[in-house]
Amino acid sequence: MLQIKELKAGIEGNQILKGINLEVKAGEIHAIMGPNGSGKSTLSAVIAGKEEYEVEGGAISFDGENLLELDPEERAHNGIFLSFQYPVEIPGISVSNFIKTSITEKRKAQGLEPLPTKNLLKMMREKMELLSIKKGYLSRNMNEGFSGGEKKRNEIFQMAMLEPKLAILDETDSGLDIDALRIVANGVNKLRTGDNATIVITHYQRLLDYIVPDFVHVLHNGRIIKSGGKELALELEEKGYDWITKEADKKWA
Amino acid sequence: MSEQKRQSEDKLLEKVTSSEYKYGFTTDVESDTIPKGLSEDVVRIISAKKNEPEWMLQYRLKAYNAWLEMEEPNWANINYTKPNYQEIIYYSAPKQKPVLDSLDDLDPEMKEMFDKLGISIDEQNKLANVAVDIVMDSVSVATSFKETLAEKGIIFCPISDAIQDHPELVKKYLGSVVPARDNFFSALNAAVFSDGSFCYIPKGVKCPMELSTYFRINEAGTGQFERTLLIADEGSQVSYLEGCTAPMRDENQLHAAVVELIAMDNADIKYSTVQNWYPGNAEGVGGVFNFVTKRGICHKSAKISWTQVETGSAVTWKYPSCILKGDNSIGEFFSVAVTNNRQQADTGTKMIHLGKNTKSTIIAKGISAGKSEGNYRGLVRISKGATNSRNFSQCDSLLMGNKCGSHTFPYIEVKNNSSKVEHEATTSKIGEDQIFYCNQRGIGTEAAIALIVNGYCKDVLNQLPMEFAVEAQKLLEISLEGSVG
Repeated sequence: MLQIKELKAGIEGNQILKGINLEVKAGEIHAIMGPNGSGKSTLSAVIAGKEEYEVEGGAISFDGENLLELDPEERAHNGIFLSFQYPVEIPGISVSNFIKTSITEKRKAQGLEPLPTKNLLKMMREKMELLSIKKGYLSRNMNEGFSGGEKKRNEIFQMAMLEPKLAILDETDSGLDIDALRIVANGVNKLRTGDNATIVITHYQRLLDYIVPDFVHVLHNGRIIKSGGKELALELEEKGYDWITKEADKKWA
Repeated sequence: MSEQKRQSEDKLLEKVTSSEYKYGFTTDVESDTIPKGLSEDVVRIISAKKNEPEWMLQYRLKAYNAWLEMEEPNWANINYTKPNYQEIIYYSAPKQKPVLDSLDDLDPEMKEMFDKLGISIDEQNKLANVAVDIVMDSVSVATSFKETLAEKGIIFCPISDAIQDHPELVKKYLGSVVPARDNFFSALNAAVFSDGSFCYIPKGVKCPMELSTYFRINEAGTGQFERTLLIADEGSQVSYLEGCTAPMRDENQLHAAVVELIAMDNADIKYSTVQNWYPGNAEGVGGVFNFVTKRGICHKSAKISWTQVETGSAVTWKYPSCILKGDNSIGEFFSVAVTNNRQQADTGTKMIHLGKNTKSTIIAKGISAGKSEGNYRGLVRISKGATNSRNFSQCDSLLMGNKCGSHTFPYIEVKNNSSKVEHEATTSKIGEDQIFYCNQRGIGTEAAIALIVNGYCKDVLNQLPMEFAVEAQKLLEISLEGSVG
């Protein structure tokens, strides 16, 4: 589904990603872990197509298509979803209106008519139930006055509505208390099918107790320095990052 | 749909389908114009051409003499070359617009705009003056709705007709809220106004329809010096809508309109404006100067609510105001003012609290893009006798790009200590983060800007009558197209 080869990218002349290789297949959950400043969020921003980041080399293909040639909205239409670490506020626009616009634009790109409001509302109600979201939420303005937990849940709600092929959860666990974490993780697990894939970006092993990954990758200094199964996360929890990063630093020095 | 409305629509349909197109293609309209320039003779000629009574002529002459002694105001934060008032033609019979064979002959730019705004083909035909076999003839539309209005005793007609048919009302109220010598442009308007609308709602009557929604095509061709007088008698209610979302091109560069509203005890007037005059080209050349004086007076427990969506004109100078004379009266002002390219706007409101327990609310949203300048200028004056009065003002500015400007000039005068005034102001920029967030959700940049702007203006757009709110939303989108690179 997603193939990243020797990806080099940076911002304002600083190279942050120094040759990333990653392959994600349908049905898989990948966790990307790493210390602060290792390039985790840059990787998600580059996949989503944030303009400030310059791709200096390498390739990303998604379902066989060259992703780097597409605008961010086209990538979204093709099924890439990024759950933001810091979701932004859009004052005056209700959650329902925003999601409606989002779905309508996606359908438009696929040559489909807008979904009838009745169907849309029905779908929203179902997904709200899935994520234990209370009534009244749909008419609140996008992220305006939302708590940290509400913002993250709002991200997962949009993901549920948009049904992406590839979801990237960027530090979705940060700022969540344990109950909110469980609800969000449950939602992600329920949305999992054999056709979609998830990349979970996180600092901590904690989230991976709830969203169990098939693969764990350690990102350090712009490179994936170690990959393994879910037990790698536990090992990192126990030993920290130093034992791998030191080795890697020697290798790339 | 109410039974009454259905009946009047049935009647209307019958009329439209059975009547012939009334406009004809030959012109027997007076084609005479008078020499350019302004003098006492010109004022007399205008009055004579309209067959006005002596009192009206005297009113005009007094205004003219006052105007002669006045100076064009300089205090607004706008720059323009002052018109040469002796180069303007102050009276010309209505010009016949060229008749087109079909909409295909229309300027493609205009056509595109109509489509984007979602204006129906029928209305497009009218606006573009296309000769078609069956057209929703606005004359018969107007006639039919006038019948409904007449049943309720509502008078709604051109002000020149009102001068002839209802002189007692016009004489009593014309200039009562905006005196001729109020300012340079109101004096000019009083001296030479060509036409405009007159409306009277009798005691206790609730006007059954949005006035002018059905008439906007007729009203679209309003002149350079428009005059509007709206009187809501005790306990009556009316919602009036002026303007049009469709782009209005006009050869007259200067527009100096005057609008006066009178809300008697317990009356309620809602006055909405959508203004989309030609703003000039991207360099601002050729646009309309819109210098308008709008003011309403509220008697006891009356309410006046101004809503405006201003996207057009090269230069706008406009402060719809409320004089809260009666105790417990309420004034409201909701405004969205968009400036793009080289447009300049200096607009806001005045809330003059005179009565006790009077309340006013101001929500002003400015959006500046391109190299434009948007200014909010507002006065809240609470006089000594206006005890326990309240005002809430919120003035927000949204900037797009980094070549535009936005300024807020709030003036607050409070002369007693039982009143409360609140003022909030924010300035924000559409953030790249907001746009990227929308992009990531599949919403392209143009659509994202439209969404963000609509959210920002929501409190004001919600005040507009439904069908206009939708058009106004689209108008905002179009006005800002391409303004973020």
